[in-house]
Amino acid sequence: MKRFTWFNAVSLTLGFAFLYIPMLILIIYSFNSSKLVTVWAGFSTKWYISLFSNDAFIDAAWVTLKVGFISSCAATVLGTMIAYIMVRGGRFFGRGLFSSMIYAPLVMPEVITGLSLLLLFISIGLDRGVFTIILAHTTFSMCYVSVVVSSRLASFDVSIEEAALDLGCTPFDAFKSVTLPIIAPAVVSGWLLAFTLSLDDLVIASFASGPSSTTLPIKIYSSVRLGVSPEINALSTIMIAIVTFGVLTSSIISKRAIKRQRLEEEQAFKNG
Amino acid sequence: MNFRKYLFILVPYSWLLLLFLVPFIIVVKMSLSDTEMAIPPYTPYFTLSQGWQGIVDFFSQLDFENYIFLAEDNLYWKAYLSSLKIALISTTFTLLIGYPIAYGMANAAPEWRPTLMMIIILPFWTSFLIRIYAWMGILSQEGFLNQFLLWTGIIDQPLTILNTNIAVYIGIVYTYLPFMILPIYASLEKLDISLLEAAKDLGCNRSQSFWLITMPLSKAGIIAGCFLVFIPVLGEFVIPSLLGGADTLMIGTILWQEFFANRDWPVASAVAVVLLLLLMIPIILFQRSEQKQREAEQ
Repeated sequence: MKRFTWFNAVSLTLGFAFLYIPMLILIIYSFNSSKLVTVWAGFSTKWYISLFSNDAFIDAAWVTLKVGFISSCAATVLGTMIAYIMVRGGRFFGRGLFSSMIYAPLVMPEVITGLSLLLLFISIGLDRGVFTIILAHTTFSMCYVSVVVSSRLASFDVSIEEAALDLGCTPFDAFKSVTLPIIAPAVVSGWLLAFTLSLDDLVIASFASGPSSTTLPIKIYSSVRLGVSPEINALSTIMIAIVTFGVLTSSIISKRAIKRQRLEEEQAFKNG
Repeated sequence: MNFRKYLFILVPYSWLLLLFLVPFIIVVKMSLSDTEMAIPPYTPYFTLSQGWQGIVDFFSQLDFENYIFLAEDNLYWKAYLSSLKIALISTTFTLLIGYPIAYGMANAAPEWRPTLMMIIILPFWTSFLIRIYAWMGILSQEGFLNQFLLWTGIIDQPLTILNTNIAVYIGIVYTYLPFMILPIYASLEKLDISLLEAAKDLGCNRSQSFWLITMPLSKAGIIAGCFLVFIPVLGEFVIPSLLGGADTLMIGTILWQEFFANRDWPVASAVAVVLLLLLMIPIILFQRSEQKQREAEQ
């Protein structure tokens, strides 16, 4: 029975066009030499040049990368710990509260998360800046990391870990040499997710940042509110290119890793 | 062993307590405070320096004034209702557009599916802000959509779309489409083809077997997708603030204005608490339906 019909083909084509045409237009018009964004006046890379000579954008980009890198590393460590506790930790005092605190940030509107963190920083007298943005981003992205990692943890066999413990590993050694390599792909994609969430965040960063620490989304938002500008198109194109490259590479790497793992398992099965 | 285990628990636990629960309690407390033209712009101010009497005074000064203010002012009612309306309408449109795409993906040849999946997920990784921004250039007076429609002769006057609710709907459908497609696709992919073949043998035509088999069996995906769109849209800020106009009322933008423009922290906090209470209903419903789904699968 043939399943794929002309209706399917049309809806996929229209759907993908809807998803990609806005971004394609954005990319094409970043190479437009006219200042009017909607009128094509010939190919030019001058907006990229003016973007790179704009110190405000470069500074904001550095702040964003710094915040993204540090907060996603911290979130990956904490999120993996959370996943391990939730999947393997058994019962402990306050588990219910803990699990609801992990899921709440996923559904909490950003305006509320941002507002509550800002009020905290003010009431403990912490000056707002890069550090407070890192704290805020770590807090919400560790929850996403824990979701990604715990689904991987829940799907693999506990008996491998138990075997390691029986063979004399300490729990920490067992975690390091058995569990960690198995969940590594999930940890990596958790890190990537945390990093992109941090790069993307406007609302929480606006609440948590001080006057001296502007991130790229804050900068983009404040200039976009005044209208469309070719410099922002150029910046968007660069960001889209980086993300596309990152996502495609990581998906190819993880696909290869899974294939290799499967081959090794088959080999071990044959030899054993 | 136990000591290490508790250390493992303690670090993330106290992090979340300190940076998630405590801030939230501060918001609730702030919503019960009074606005003050000072720095910080509210009273009472919590200190431990006056001992027990200070704490008693502090609690006796808290009241529900801000909530009464919210209830009496039309603006807030309208904003909550209009957020609900916008979230409902845009969820419906996302479903109507997302379902055929998910259906097409599930019907595609298996070797194509990972690629199609990648095409859906990729925009999800690119910046939210940039995706919204892309629509500003399309929907504006002299934007691409108007140019195109004028060129084809469908209209002879440019349409005003940007800064209206229609632009907000387009923006929401565009950014939340993957959230709708992925759960529906997941439930359609699991569907047993032999059921459709059986229906055909028993004399169903394509549309009958779609409505009798495919649709009911993808219900779980539809429900999950609708909640995944509806819940975040209720508190949305970026889309209404960039694509919406003066008459676009959404609670996320109201909260932002109260806080940043009016510097009325207590009222902003009260708005936040009410929004959260409003969100509890769909969140609890969503958790229930997920639970039911899990039990049904076992």
